[in-house]
Amino acid sequence: MELNLSLAQEVIDKYKGQKKALIAILQEIQEIYHYLPEEALRLVSKKLGLPLIDVVSVATFYRAFSLKPRGRHLITVCLGTACHVRGGPKILEEFERQLGIKAGETTPDNQFTLETVNCLGCCAIGPVVVADGNYHAQTTIRKVSRILKPLKKE
Amino acid sequence: MSPKKRVKKLRHLSELESLINQEKEKRQKDNRPLISISSGTCGRARGSDKLAEAFKKALRQQNLQDKVILKVTGCHGFCEAEPNVVIYPESFFYQKLEPRDAIEIINRTILKGEIIDDFLYLDPVTGEKATKEADIPFYKKQKRLVLGDNPLVDPTDIFDYLSLGGYSSLLKVLSSFKSEEVIETIKKSGLRGRGGAGFPTGKKWEFARAQKSDVKYIICNADEGDPGAYMDRSLLEGNPHRVIEGMIIGAYAIGAEEGYIYVRDEYPLAVQHVSIAIDQARQLGLLGKNILGTGFNFDLHIAKGAGAFVCGEETALIASIEGRVGEPRQRPPFPAVKGLWGKPTVINNVETWGNVPIIIEKGADWYASIGTNGSKGTKIFSLVGKINNTGLVEVPMGITLREIIFDIGGGIPGGRKFKAVQTGGPSGGCLPEKLLDLPIDYESLTQAGSIMGSGGMIVMDDRTCMVDVARYFLNFLRDESCGKCISCREGTQRLWEIVTEITEGKGTMEHLALLEELAIAVKEASLCGLGQTAPNPVLSTLRYFRDEYEAHIKDKRCPAGVCKPLIRYSILAEKCTGCLACLRVCPQGAISGELKKVHVLDESKCIKCGACFEACQFGAILIE
Repeated sequence: MELNLSLAQEVIDKYKGQKKALIAILQEIQEIYHYLPEEALRLVSKKLGLPLIDVVSVATFYRAFSLKPRGRHLITVCLGTACHVRGGPKILEEFERQLGIKAGETTPDNQFTLETVNCLGCCAIGPVVVADGNYHAQTTIRKVSRILKPLKKE
Repeated sequence: MSPKKRVKKLRHLSELESLINQEKEKRQKDNRPLISISSGTCGRARGSDKLAEAFKKALRQQNLQDKVILKVTGCHGFCEAEPNVVIYPESFFYQKLEPRDAIEIINRTILKGEIIDDFLYLDPVTGEKATKEADIPFYKKQKRLVLGDNPLVDPTDIFDYLSLGGYSSLLKVLSSFKSEEVIETIKKSGLRGRGGAGFPTGKKWEFARAQKSDVKYIICNADEGDPGAYMDRSLLEGNPHRVIEGMIIGAYAIGAEEGYIYVRDEYPLAVQHVSIAIDQARQLGLLGKNILGTGFNFDLHIAKGAGAFVCGEETALIASIEGRVGEPRQRPPFPAVKGLWGKPTVINNVETWGNVPIIIEKGADWYASIGTNGSKGTKIFSLVGKINNTGLVEVPMGITLREIIFDIGGGIPGGRKFKAVQTGGPSGGCLPEKLLDLPIDYESLTQAGSIMGSGGMIVMDDRTCMVDVARYFLNFLRDESCGKCISCREGTQRLWEIVTEITEGKGTMEHLALLEELAIAVKEASLCGLGQTAPNPVLSTLRYFRDEYEAHIKDKRCPAGVCKPLIRYSILAEKCTGCLACLRVCPQGAISGELKKVHVLDESKCIKCGACFEACQFGAILIE
């Protein structure tokens, strides 16, 4: 599929190609493509007048950026301390088992990406799972299939 | 803020004064009932937005939308009871509501003044029901200076903030304080940084003010990366103008014309509410050029983090705002001398900024009368983990851990035994039962081997393995270490490897000595706070829970039943009722049995996923 780079160009224009806006630009580009395509990084490097290595080092330093395409559905399991002591790792293992992938990976059919986060700040209702932006409170091993089921249908 | 409301830019101090008075009077005269829905991120995860919709619909159906005020607010703090509402003027507290309850509340409580028993909070200790918020033990010992207005204010409406007297501290400062007087007041109040290190705020401002520079900056550090802490999120979501007001006052004090709020990308609602608040403050002329005709210029921007824990460190945060990789640098020079783009910069945490308007309003002496000798005012803690009343608690400094965990927090769920409380995030430590009577302030926590940190307080019970907790934090830190200095990059990695070996039953007693030696090396040789405090979780668990390490090493046993390689699952025949629940959930088919007959678990198939333990209602799954 041909990548439409004009959308990335619009983001760069919006920030007037300022070097200091690099992180914000990458964030908005990722919102468009759900990851940071190599072509977009090259474009950013050119337009901001930054060496590609600097752009890539920022893109790989921050956790929120992904250089690999993500699946249609994004599952994020919180592994903050409060979620950890309430069984977060077991929830993650169950997702890994049911999806057949490890954290950080995408299913071969590109339907699901499984990620972890260090804390979502919803510690009172842990273990927390976010599926396509919807927060699920007090997740149990049994709830895992209930979270996945409606997404599989779509 | 309703779109109909016309915002006229205020051009003089007197215009702000009359606007505040006008809004205050409006609120005082308004005697309509008020339904306040706690709706922060956690509330929404529990359905508070659906509840709000249900209330809206029910009010419309009965044609009551103009006779009752419905306010969707930030978090009220009592997260355990979400979604909850407070109904004013009586302050009735209804908890754990479903959307269908909205109609009943309107029909009975709003229209007839009845209290609905089913929705009241039941105190598990006394068995008594609490009618009002103030009667609930969770709130009784708190002193909610900073968070107290959350239930009363619509965070998306600046006028609502004004009606509570908001921005009157700014008015006071701009009309009658010289900048050095502001700094003197903050110094006298004894306010110390709430981000964790506890540096005196007034002193920091004084350094920055003393710098000769045409450009200065102020920054609000809302990169709340400590797992288990979420007070900053709650304050930004629930009362963003309080933080903004504090920042404008700070900018006036040091002579800054530009400021940034650096907020985590993981907090979408906070980002949204802060953006709205900045826009509104700008429209009203509280941000921008020539603020209220005083000649003072100041404007604010948002910078979003991108998920790097180390960016909570101030020099890394500055690098991140500048669009670079968030690596810390050597201090001094401190940011107050050389900060953002090399200019003098004051960085304070969200909660610190939130305290500023209160100090200006009530005075330094009043503020300094709260707390201990060295630590003044209140501190917000997020009380989470194995605790009955999870939530955000704001307490005066000097309160004991026992009061927080047992009086406010209601103790440990399921009648289990308290084991430890972890404070200060990955830089902090685990404190045991014998320290429960420790009065909390910056110094006492440091002496005990932990730190105040940003205020996460994670309670652990006898089913939490302390070696696993140490492993958890080390994993976190080795992952988040920016890699700049070798002691932190390799040290946290090696510490993690050793502790992991211990949790797998491969540890030796020599490992413990090695851990201690390595921990000290990491502490002393690392550049920034991340590395310098990284060994705290290991050192504090070794100090207070050495017996657990020894059980893993000598007996190859995890006493809490957590570390997978050292535990096994089995079914207790005398407790098993043969209900098939565990058999149904087992993903491996490792459990066999028939209805009403004792089930059997085949260990060779078991992957120790814990599904059976979770499903069993009778405590028949044994982990040992």
